[in-house]
Formats: sequence, C-alpha cells, structure tokens
Amino acid sequence: MPKLTVNGIEVETPPGATVLQACQMAGVEVPHFCFHERLAIAGNCRMCLVEQEKASKPVASCAMPAADGMVIHTDSDKAKKARKGVMEFLLINHPLDCPICDQGGECDLQDQAMAYGFDRGRFEENKRAVKDKELGPLVKTSMNRCIHCTRCIRFATEIAGVEEMGATGRGESMEIGTYVEKALTSELSGNLVDVCPVGALTSKPFAFVARPWEMKKIESVDALDAVGSNIRIDARGSQVLRVLPRLNEDINEEWISDKTRFAIDGLSRRRLDRPFIRKDGKLVEVSWQDALETVASMMKRIPGERMAAVAGDLVDVEAMYALKALMGSFGSGNIDCRPVGVALDPSVRAGYLFNTTIAGIEQADACLLVGTNPRYEAALVNARIRKRYLKTGFKVAAVGPKLDATFPVEQLGEGPEAIDRWTETLKAAKNPMVIIGQGALARPDGAAILARVRKLAEETGMIREDWNGFNVLHTAAAQVGGLDLGFVPGKGGRDTAAILKGCEAGEIELVYLLGADEIDTSRLGKAFVVYQGHHGDAGAKRADVILPGAAYTEKDAIYVNTEGRPQLARRAVFPPGDAREDWKILRALSDMAGKKLPFDSLPQLRKQIVEAHPVIGAVDAVTPAAWGNFGKEGPVDPAAFVYPIEDFYRTDAIGRASPTMAECAAVKAGVAPGTPMGGKTGTHG
Amino acid sequence: MLSDKDRIFTNLYGQRDWHLPGALSRGDWDGTKELVLKGRDWIINEMKNSGLRGRGGAGFPTGLKWSFMPKESKQPCYLVVNADESEPGTCKDRDIIRHDPQKLIEGCLLASVAMGAHTAYIYIRGEFVNEAHRLNEAVQEAYAAGLIGKNACGSGYDFDLYVHRGAGAYICGEETALLESLEGRKGQPRLKPPFPANSGLYGCPTTVNNVESIAVAPTILRRGASWFAGIGRPKNEGTKVFCISGHVEKPCNVEEAMGIPLRELIETHAGGVRGGWDNLLAIIPGGSSVPCIPKSICDTVLMDFDALREVKSGLGTAAVIVMDKSTDIIKAIARLAKFYKHESCGQCTPCREGTGWMWRVMERMVKGHATVEEIDMLLEVSFEIEGHTICALGDAAAWPIQGLIRHFRPEMEKRILEYRASAPRAA
Amino acid sequence: MSEAVEGLPFEQPASFAFTPEYLAKAQAQIAKYPEGRQASAVLPLLDLAQRQNDNWLPRAAMDHVAHLLGMAPIRVYEVATFYTMFNLRPVGQHLFQICTTTPCWLRGSDQVVEACRKKLGVGIGQTTPDGKFSLMEVECLGACVNAPIIQVNDDFYEDLDGPSTEALIDALSRGEKPPMGSVKGRQTSAPEHAQKTLLEVPERSAPGTQAGAGDRNAE
Repeated sequence: MPKLTVNGIEVETPPGATVLQACQMAGVEVPHFCFHERLAIAGNCRMCLVEQEKASKPVASCAMPAADGMVIHTDSDKAKKARKGVMEFLLINHPLDCPICDQGGECDLQDQAMAYGFDRGRFEENKRAVKDKELGPLVKTSMNRCIHCTRCIRFATEIAGVEEMGATGRGESMEIGTYVEKALTSELSGNLVDVCPVGALTSKPFAFVARPWEMKKIESVDALDAVGSNIRIDARGSQVLRVLPRLNEDINEEWISDKTRFAIDGLSRRRLDRPFIRKDGKLVEVSWQDALETVASMMKRIPGERMAAVAGDLVDVEAMYALKALMGSFGSGNIDCRPVGVALDPSVRAGYLFNTTIAGIEQADACLLVGTNPRYEAALVNARIRKRYLKTGFKVAAVGPKLDATFPVEQLGEGPEAIDRWTETLKAAKNPMVIIGQGALARPDGAAILARVRKLAEETGMIREDWNGFNVLHTAAAQVGGLDLGFVPGKGGRDTAAILKGCEAGEIELVYLLGADEIDTSRLGKAFVVYQGHHGDAGAKRADVILPGAAYTEKDAIYVNTEGRPQLARRAVFPPGDAREDWKILRALSDMAGKKLPFDSLPQLRKQIVEAHPVIGAVDAVTPAAWGNFGKEGPVDPAAFVYPIEDFYRTDAIGRASPTMAECAAVKAGVAPGTPMGGKTGTHG
Repeated sequence: MLSDKDRIFTNLYGQRDWHLPGALSRGDWDGTKELVLKGRDWIINEMKNSGLRGRGGAGFPTGLKWSFMPKESKQPCYLVVNADESEPGTCKDRDIIRHDPQKLIEGCLLASVAMGAHTAYIYIRGEFVNEAHRLNEAVQEAYAAGLIGKNACGSGYDFDLYVHRGAGAYICGEETALLESLEGRKGQPRLKPPFPANSGLYGCPTTVNNVESIAVAPTILRRGASWFAGIGRPKNEGTKVFCISGHVEKPCNVEEAMGIPLRELIETHAGGVRGGWDNLLAIIPGGSSVPCIPKSICDTVLMDFDALREVKSGLGTAAVIVMDKSTDIIKAIARLAKFYKHESCGQCTPCREGTGWMWRVMERMVKGHATVEEIDMLLEVSFEIEGHTICALGDAAAWPIQGLIRHFRPEMEKRILEYRASAPRAA
Repeated sequence: MSEAVEGLPFEQPASFAFTPEYLAKAQAQIAKYPEGRQASAVLPLLDLAQRQNDNWLPRAAMDHVAHLLGMAPIRVYEVATFYTMFNLRPVGQHLFQICTTTPCWLRGSDQVVEACRKKLGVGIGQTTPDGKFSLMEVECLGACVNAPIIQVNDDFYEDLDGPSTEALIDALSRGEKPPMGSVKGRQTSAPEHAQKTLLEVPERSAPGTQAGAGDRNAE
C-alpha cells in the first residue's frame, strides 16, 4: 500500500492506484478532460499535470502510478502554471460559442476555464475550422469545439465494442470521426454525448431544445427493456425533454442504451389522452364516466370464465396487481403477463430470473447464450459481457443464428441440438453461466428447452451455494413483475394462447388488454376489447373501449428488472390530457363494477403488494432465489432459434411512436443517408 | 584530428565495397562468435566501461540502458534499432546503413545477445527507400553467410533480424512512437511508465537504440572499452559522426573525436564557414531541436554533450547547421517551427495547439508584423509547452525559439520596428 | 496523409485487391511479425497497395489491407492519414518531394522550388495538366549535407540548385532516368574535393571494391 503526500496530506492508496486517485483520496480535486474512470488512460489532455517533488517535469497524474514516498503538489506555482498553460492551449482554437452551445451549463471546459483559465485571450491568429462529421441521427457534431481528448474513440472502441471512431490526420490537423461519414452501429452511441467533456458531441434530438437549468430533474428507471437502467428524466412543463443515465454500478454503470435515451419523443406522439368508445365501428371520445360505465356493465354481465386479461411489456407492478385482483373478484383466472407466450411460470423464481446478476457477469469465466442476442435485447447486459471479455480469461458461445456481437463468440449451432455442445468448457470453467433468451423460450417447445438448460446448468456446476449461473434474459420491463405477482392463469385458467383461441371460438367475450400490444390482435374474434394503455398502437386499434393510462415517465410505479430487482419509477410529468395513472383507472373501474378494490392510495396498494409478495418490497435489491425444478422435459423441435428483436429501436409502443427511433431504424436498414452504403464514396470531407 | 585508424566507419563515404566481402575485409564480423560467447554480462560491462552515450540525441549511457533488460523473461525480448533518422540536419545513419551496413547488423547481434533478444527490428524511415533495399540485401547476405539466423556465427545463439520501413513521420524517431508504429498504429508516443525495457514492443521487454549506437558496438567490443574511452573527454568519450550542413564551403559527414572544438570541426573537414569564420552568425550544433548558439559561443565551444549543455544548447545528434551572416535567422527558426507543427502527432494539447501557435507568431516575426510584447508572449508560450507533453517533441519545438530569443532578441525587435516604420498603419 | 497535392477531381475506385504478385509481397511482409501481430505489417502493406495503384492510396485499398490484417478499417484510416508518404489522391508520374526545411533552405531550396515552378508552370501542391509532375513540399529528408534535395518518387537527387533542377526536369521529361544521388557527381556525403579522412583505410583484401562508384548505382 503506497503512502504518499498530496499537498501535505498523507494518503495511503490501494496498489495500482494513480496519483490522480491519490489526490482524490486526499480530497484534492485535480482538473482533467481526457481521463475517464471507465476508459483506458490516454494521458493526452495534460490538464491533470501536478508537481512531483524530485521529478524534473510536472507529471500527468491520471497516468502516473502512485508510489511510496511520492510528494505531490497540486497547487504549487509549477503545477498551476502548467494547468494554466494547458487551459490556454485548449481554448485558443475553441470557439467562443458558449451562448449557442448545447453543452453550456454542463461543460467541463466551461467550468474549468472559470477555475483555471486566463481572464483574456492572447491568441491573435485565426481559429481552426474543422468540418463537422456525420455520426447518424443521434449524435450531433460541432467539431470546432473538439479538444481531442479521445474519450469518444475510447468509448466506442472499449465499451461499445464498435471500432468505428478514430482520430485521422495528425498534429493540429487531427480530426475525430469515422472518416467515412457513417452512423455508428452501436446501441450505446448516445453515451458519446455524455463522455464528451465539451460541446463537440451533443444530442441531435435535443439540439437547442432547452438549457439544463430550465428543466426539473427526476431520478427514475427505464422501462423500455428489462434491464431497469437507472435514469434521470429532465422535464420542462408537461414534456420529457431528455433522459440521461444515472449511476448504478449494479445495473447500467453510467451508460444507457440509445432506446432508453432517445425513444422519449415517442412519449408525446400517438398518445391516448382521452377515453374512447367504439361506436358504429369508429372510436369516439367519451367521458371517463361513460367509458368506465361501459366496461363495468360488460364485466358485470359476462361470466368470469368468459373474460380474460393480458398484460403487456411496459406495465408496472401496481397496475398488474390491481387488474389481477379485479379479474379475480369476477372469478376469472384467464390472465397472462406473457403476451408472446414464453414458457416461464412463477413456480420457481430462480427459473425466470437473471440470477447471476448483471454485475455478477464480471465474475463469470464462460458464458453460453441460448436463443438470445443481448446486444439488441439488453444493450447494457451486452456491455457488461463485453466489459468482462476485455478483462480476458472469458469465453462466450452461442446457440442460435450467427450473432453480430461486440465480443468474440463461438457459434455452436442454430437450434436446440447445439445446447449441449459446450458442456466440457462450461464444466471446466470456475464460474460458468448460461443466458437463455426469448428466442428459446417463446416457442411451443420452450418449456422443454428450459428444462434442458436447467439440467445443463445443474450438470456444469452453475448451481452452487456461492454462484448461480442460470439466467433468463427478459426483454420486457413488465415480465418479471408479472411473474412475481403470479399474473398467469389461475387454476383452469387460460394463458395467452388459450385466450386467443377462446376469442376465436367465441368462448371469451371480454378481453382486457393492459398495455398489451404484443399479441396478435387479429385473433381476438368478436370479443369486446378493453385497451388500457398510453399509446395508439396495436391494442388500441382493435379496442372497443380505450382507457388512457400513463407511460413510465408519468407515474410512480414499481418495475422488477430481469435480475428480479424491484425499482421505483418516478413521475416526471403528468399524463397528458385525461390520461390517468393505471392503478387509479382500475380502482375506479372496480368501484363502478361493484367490486371495489381494497385500496385508496398508492401506499395502501403497495403495502398490499408487498404483503402478498415480499420480494417486491426489497426495492433496489436482488433477493437471491432458491433453486428448484422448472421447465418440462419433452420433445424438442430442432428448428433454429429466432431472436426476438429484429428492430432494436422499435420494440414497444413508445419506440414505435418515436420519429427518432424511426430514423435510427431506417439508417440501420440502409434506407436513409448516413449508412455505409447510402453515403457517397469519396474521401473524407 | 582523429586518425583514420581510430575511425570506426571506414566506409562512411561509400568509396569501398559495402557488400559482405568488403565489410569482412574491413574487419567486420572478426571474432564475433567469441564476443557472443563471452556472454551478456561481459558485453554490457564493456559497453558501460567504454563510456558510450546514446547517439540518437539524448545521450543516455548505452551499456546502462542494455542492463535494464530483464535477466529472466517469460516473454521474448526485442532489440529495436531506430533508423528513423529525421532530425533536420542529421544524415549520419543513412551513411552507416548504405555504406557500412554490416557494422549495424553485427551490432544488432551483439546488442541482442547483451539483452537476451533473439529478434531485432530495424525501423528505417520510409523515405529511405533505396537505403532500406540495401540494408535488406546486406541482411540477406549476413543470413546467407550464417552470421545471423539460427546459430549465428556458429555461436549457438539464434538471432533473427528484420527491416521495417516507416512511412513519413518524424515523431516515430521517439522510441515509444516508433514501437506504436512498428505495431501498426499511428506513431503516437506512449505514456511512461511503463518503460520499454519492461513493456515495449508487443508488451515485451524491448530496448530501442539509435543506428550509430548499435553500429559502433562491435568495434568497441573488439578493440576494447579502454580504446573507445581513451578518445574524447571524460563522460563524453569516443568518436562520433558529425553532419555539417548549411553555410560551409564543403558540407559533409565526418567521424571525429567527441569534444572536438566546433571551429576546428568545421574548418578541418567542411572547408570552413562560407566567407570565413568571421562571416559566421550562428550555429545549431546538434540538430534542429537544440537551441542555436551565436558566433561568440561557437568560437570556443567543444562538441560534446556536457560542453554544449553548459552553453544551454546540446549535442543532440551532432548535426551542425551553420548559418552565416547572410542568414535571416528569424526565418531559419520559423521554418523549424513549421517543421514541428507539421510533425506534432497531435496527441498532447500543448504540442498540438502550441506548435501551430508558435509557428504562426514566428511567421509574423519574420515580417516584423508583431509587437515587441509578443516576443515575451512567444517565449512564455514556449515554456507552456516545454515539459508538459508526453514526449520530447514539445520541448524540441520550444528550444529553437527559446534559443533565438535568447541570442537574437535585438534582431527580432529591430524587424518589428522596421516593419512599423515601413507600414505605419500596421499594428 | 498527403492530400497535399491537389489535382483534378477524381473517383475513388469501388474496389481494390492485391494482384498475385503484390499479394505474395504482402504475405512476405506479414511473415516478419509474430503470430497475432500481423497489424505490424500495415505500413508495408499500404506502401505496396500504393505502389500497385500508381503511387496513390485509394480508400478501397485501405479497406483491403484492413481485411487482410484483421484490423478495423478506422485503424487503417488513422494510419493512412497520419503518415505523410501515403498519397490519398492521385499524383503525377514524377512526384517531386522538395525538402524546404532549414538545412535545405539555407542551401537554396527556394531556388529549387522556383526552378520547378518556372519549368513546370505549377506550384507546390499542384500537378501538371499532363499528369507528369506533381510538386510537394516535404520536411527534412535526412540528407542534409547534400542539400538541397528533391526526392522524385523513391530516389533522392542531391546538391541541387536552380539550373540542375531544371536539367533534372528536362531529363525526366525526355523519359530519361538520371542517376540518383548528387547531381554534381560528388562522392556521397564526403566534402567535395576536400576529403581529409578515410584516405587510407587498411583492408585485408578488397574484392569487389567499388571505389568511386558511390551510391549512384545503388539499386
């Protein structure tokens, strides 16, 4: 443990620490630009120069290993002069366009120039002009502002795993970009905006929208996949203007996916902001009273076994709990939270969770992917796998069609027959893990495949006191919560497939779609369809009554992520128009239907949920789940797995309503400019 | 004057056969097997005792450098020879490569033995296309004769040597930039630590040496450390190839004793300063990176590391750039400022931004289109670069300007005043 | 990174591949480096690609090299734009790389540049309309005691002045290839007619001695 002195303060650092870390431990702030704790050390900005006694030159503290007996000064004349000089160099070619720069107010350069800069410039020459680069629909470039810290290059190369950004040319002609003018093929590209310490890379959709200080900032969680990324929602008035990552080492570290960040313009489009009733084939705006009465009267009239409810991907725990209770009060066990029919059931919790945990991936040394492409299904899980890969001593193999992974993958085969082809490697590993995805589970033989993977896990040492290497990767934020609540068919009840069959056969007369846009609505037959949700997507189109609900940014709600970690989403804005929070709608409906649900407030509701399902009470924590017997042995179809997500950007009603996501999808598909093929061939520029 | 019998590079001017037979006739590869068999410790010790200091510019003791290589290494060790000769004024390695290549090749073997390396790369600047061809040919001749390769010289030591061409980047003469380039990347210097002896080429222990440092080693080992150490001055021993360019009657390369007086060097070998010694304005004594010295210093200064450091300049690569009184010295230095701007790799802020700034101010200084205060600012900017970058290119860009201001400030001020007088409305 | 030479608009070829002859050369280069370190061959391979392609390096060639070496294309673009010897657009048949750094400048590189301008009617960074000559300013070529210097494609022409530069252009225009090295016929880097050293070098035997031939017949 090296001991060193920083500005007269003695600190003891862990082995391998840098001088910069030692300074931080001593409570001494050292300004820096290129250094980023999650990226490789570049040491190029030179802002973090400090004086080291007995060294002839100031040292870059970010790169210098802390050594025993070092004496460091960060406020000596030598150190101050060095910093001041660096700051002057950074500013000579940096435009004075702070008033029109989107980074304004949250710019490292601006802040540090205040603290360490000269009060006037003495650079009399012309400033350098750099052509802006095209990086696709999400990241806007203003390359005159670039300070060449190379954080973006390192982020793309290391974290995102797409080696597409670089610094071409040299000296003062060095330019950051892709050289070939194409959109980055990463699901994490928005993080470039965050890692850029200046206004060179800013958010394209957020360009000139608002200043940071104008917005209120709400800490929440994302619901657009099952990762549960921690986010900060920046809102002004009734609008969500921006989503940023919030640090959570266990889940998303400090990154979020592009969908999490940029799908939000879908929140203000195609919204269901009034109740509707279908009259003569057309949806007509009605009052809440009329809408609820219509539904209530139907429910009162129809026997419970002829009613059904399906919960969709974005639904919160409270709403599902309330709907389950309501359906139960009518004696209906026809409920399901698995709209695409994954072969999972609530009987053994470990059987449907990502037991290793996301952070736990870093402890694994072999990982088998079965019917899953984490890159599109859970970009942050994918990033964690890549992070593990970068530390070496880690192997990944996949069963399913060839992956475009951001780490090397051994492809074992396309269908279930390949599941056992890696057993020896898994057995030889210290901490083996398997990730089974919807591609393997959402098929008729899903239960049999699940059973096989369970056996594989048991046979290869994945299930131990100190390690659970069995993982289900969900794609929907609602899924684990629904399973935890038991939002599945009761005794003799119908699952999604049986509900649809019942509709077609006329045996189901009323279907309550709670945000369920993922089912095949053409199979609802003549059933009376109630759609409660926030977007005019597939479910609403088929609805007879629409009850406008709240999106995840518009309510206080619990979501349980793929690890089984309950987290609280918080309301950033009110639902638009007459839309209401979902549990309240159900509570009001129950009252009208004469089956008043026993709670009047969110705390009361939550109390009941936690009493019935204690795991949901352990907010932010992962409660280890006991192992058990799950899946169902049986014949397996050799057909190749089909990955659940074809279009990363438009997996849900919000993404499908988002113009930004549409643009991203078009670029990716090669039908919009900014693609390798769409762009003209030519030299850069 | 050094006598011919004490000259190492006996075919410096290519007047004799550069091929292996010619080299053998001049004594190369004589008893190399025995030298190899004496082992690494003996070689390192001889090199230390010889007093040889690195000939690439920094002057670090060569034997000591070799001794930094790990005695035990699980990874392969590498010798990398820096033949990226690009320092303005310098053209000595070119002559060694094209006229005495076997000295370099033999030196590679002996140095590799001293550092436990079985593979060496010679990184030669890309522009030396013909020189690289010749070196390759010489390497093939050495292979064919069994001097290198498996069981080199019959010593039992296996040794492979490859020539690697650069592609136009002065910065690759910086040892870690060279390694980056050799690994297939841009030549951007690495952070140190780790030092190459711990983690160099491909992350393996590596020593990078200048061509001349390696090429003199066989002769030193053959004739003995004391012979080499007996030439020159204490701590500045041995012989050195000097490159004398600019305003002399007979520009040339010549191998001389370290510590030779600058005036004697020029007058003996280069035909003297154009128009006579009194026509001398200033000299850059060690390649473009070292500060220039005015005639008054040139009159008496000795050409070695310590003597030149005492006059706030440096021996550098011993490239003597002579400027007579007809020289616009501001323009001469401004052109060097442009060189450094062009060659900055762009990695570190002070160098990337500062070299361009200094050059632009220098261009105005050439015309006099500046203020006297800007001379001080220029000096300050040069200090803001110096010592604040990963590699020494920043320093190298700063020093010529510092030297100019130190010795020729009145000239700069005069230029400014003249400009003002001729263009009264200018700033 | 030399886009230093302007010229007419040009097309980036859609594809590039090494010919069998060049591919064999490329493979010989790759073989010089340890297993898994084939990226080391990027400079030699880009050089070969440029030689195969009339002395300029199209983007398709960078992609081809990236593919051969298993490198991300952007890493090859970085390299190709960093080193000055890669010509990123077409250049003339004779690429005049004129050194104007201080040692050459002190010896009259201005006159050399002026002679080129006058003779060819184009300036630095330009190509003659017939595509025969391109002029490019380069930094120190490392032959300073033979300044001023022009490197024409691979070859150094040394000890130039205005008239000898014009003569060089004339010879090249006539399709001749003057011997490289000192245009004055000087013995490499020796002081002209004033050599005081290495006059009597003891040689045990001197087979194949090429005294006097110097380097002008080098390759």
